[in-house]
Amino acid sequence: MQLEIIGWFNIAVAVLGRFWSVWITMAVWLAFSIRFRKHLGLYGDLFRTGVGLSGVVICLFWLSTAIFAPIVAPFDPISQIAALKGALPGTIVPDGSGVYYFGGDTLARDVFSRMVYGSRIVMSIAPSATAFALIAGIGLGLPAGYYGGRVDSVLSFFVNLLLAFPVILLFYLLVTPDVRELSFDNWFSEATGIGVSISRSFAAVIFLIPIVFFLTLFHTRYKSRPERYYLLIGATILIGAWIYAGVIFDADPVGVMHVSANYLNIFVGVVLGSSPSVFRIVRGLVMDIKTRDYIAAAQTRGESAWYIMIWEILPNARGPLIVDACLRVGYTTILLGTLGYFGLGVPPDSPDWGTAIKDASRLLRAYIHPALPPAIALMSFVLGLNLLADALREESLKD
Amino acid sequence: MHSFILRRLGVMALTMVSLTLIVFYMVNLEPNLKKLALNQTNNRASAVDVEHWLQANGYREPFFKRYAEWVGVWPKDPSVDPTTGKPAPKFGFCSGPTTRQVSGVLQGDFGCSTKFRTAVSAKILPALAATSKLMFWALATVIPISLLMGILAGMREGTPTDRTLSVLSIVTTATPEYVSGVIFTVIFASWLGWLNGSAASATGQGLTFYNFALPVMTMAIADIGYIARMTRASMVEVMTQQYIRTARLKGLSFPRVVLKHALRNALITPFTVIMLQFPWLLTGVVVVETMFRYQGFGFILNEAAANNDIDLLLGCSLVSVVVVLLTQLISDIGYVYLNPRIRVQ
Repeated sequence: MQLEIIGWFNIAVAVLGRFWSVWITMAVWLAFSIRFRKHLGLYGDLFRTGVGLSGVVICLFWLSTAIFAPIVAPFDPISQIAALKGALPGTIVPDGSGVYYFGGDTLARDVFSRMVYGSRIVMSIAPSATAFALIAGIGLGLPAGYYGGRVDSVLSFFVNLLLAFPVILLFYLLVTPDVRELSFDNWFSEATGIGVSISRSFAAVIFLIPIVFFLTLFHTRYKSRPERYYLLIGATILIGAWIYAGVIFDADPVGVMHVSANYLNIFVGVVLGSSPSVFRIVRGLVMDIKTRDYIAAAQTRGESAWYIMIWEILPNARGPLIVDACLRVGYTTILLGTLGYFGLGVPPDSPDWGTAIKDASRLLRAYIHPALPPAIALMSFVLGLNLLADALREESLKD
Repeated sequence: MHSFILRRLGVMALTMVSLTLIVFYMVNLEPNLKKLALNQTNNRASAVDVEHWLQANGYREPFFKRYAEWVGVWPKDPSVDPTTGKPAPKFGFCSGPTTRQVSGVLQGDFGCSTKFRTAVSAKILPALAATSKLMFWALATVIPISLLMGILAGMREGTPTDRTLSVLSIVTTATPEYVSGVIFTVIFASWLGWLNGSAASATGQGLTFYNFALPVMTMAIADIGYIARMTRASMVEVMTQQYIRTARLKGLSFPRVVLKHALRNALITPFTVIMLQFPWLLTGVVVVETMFRYQGFGFILNEAAANNDIDLLLGCSLVSVVVVLLTQLISDIGYVYLNPRIRVQ
């Protein structure tokens, strides 16, 4: 059967057209940002350089693509049209329902739609995993740098332990189906009836850190102002417990939160792989900042240690941390791709970029077109984040 | 200095024990053991047979006792054939001890690989040799290129050369191995046909440019940008120092100032960075060797993990942990020697 193929120029025009919702969002967003850049602080300064602008544009592009994925993608990412197995880019679907713009992969799925939906997986995991890694790294790095001595030695030992673990080995050991299996044969399950797995236990600890962190944050600041204090503490405990129940035990009373064991596992792996270096950075920053005069002033005022750490040191360390957060989202994206590339954790038909690259790279001899879109997508997104981080670093160094 | 190295070695030993304990725990989880037993009893065993096999081969002994046996500080009992009651090797394809004796990692007995059906050490050593070839060529590419890029960019900050090289290094850092590998294969193997997209023949027939250039390029590209950026930052800082200005005012030519005065001081940071790259190279090695089917350390680590090959996986983790810790130690010591301003207490 002869399949009709449209030319390269038509493909380019049609693909650009598919992204119309993304273009509109980006145009509105950029117009507003550039119009009000004088009032937007560090973010507004980004638009002064070409590097910063291109970083914002690339990140914004993938963010809006993830949001509008169902509108942008012409096909379902896992539906197959048997006739189009390995079809060339621009092949028209025989029943006339659309075009495989970037061709079909070896399982006859639309490469373009899979690339678009892949951005959703990255966007839903990478930023949140980075946020957790940052909070965990900050929460442990602050006391290590501030107290020094024995606290530092003990914390640093554990972190070096994690750092000495090659990331790939950590993933292999942690993000495999066997580890995910719930076991009920232990004291905790006998007492509560809740199954335990290693990733669940790790997640339980990792998710506890932000709650404790925010409690300390509010406790140190608003202790003397009861009306604010009880509100903030109550809200933190309520929201924290809700997310905790939903994410860790999959037992959300309202029924909104649900994280599949797969993604929880990936999440734990990525946070563990990425928080040790945050710890090192925060520790170094704190050691530098704690010698400043305003810290001595706060100590003389009799402020508590945690107040000084969170409300005096942390705000002054924000510059390097913002830059690092940007780089880290990119790094997390690379880690997610690595997981997908080795088929760890993600379901085999998942449209994420790493899995797509793995599937395509095995058959590069036969077809090359399924490999390039996910590879270039991943590279461009990480590139955008790195450009953003570079511009942020330049801008924050200027003052 | 000596007490510093001694203390570091002590912490290293403690780290190694903790890490191997963790890995030992993870690979000996119940599902992993069941899979191994099923595998060894030809996949047709009933639950009772599986339990029997695990009992007979000592997998039901207390955890710490088995760990001590693996390390080689506690004598290991030979496995007993359940039908004859006589000692028999645990796995048919490699010999185990037939009498009660101490035989563990410390004695050089790493156990038996169930995937490759041979002793672990017989598999790991050639693989390490193969990987060190890959590492050597990758570093031999990375170091000159990245140092040159960093120095050229950093010696005149803000020039078009600097901007171009900086963007170039950002692009290469943004490209993980599995992406650059695919792109290079498409360009150089599929379109141009200059290079071989697989390094499988490198193991048997020896390295050639044709089969080895792609893995080396892929390994190198991810690191070039990072080291170049570090070198650039360090170079920029050195170029603003007073002694550089003095040298310039003395009437020395610019190339001479860069080569004679700036270079040595600017290379301290890249040295540490290059040493600390080894743990990252390890992940890269696994990706690159799997992608190009090159039978090195990363390849067998991947195979061991994918096939739940307990002893091989333990051996691989031990090797990688030792590599990481040693490079950390060497980089610390080297840093002290390169930079006399740092004194160790």
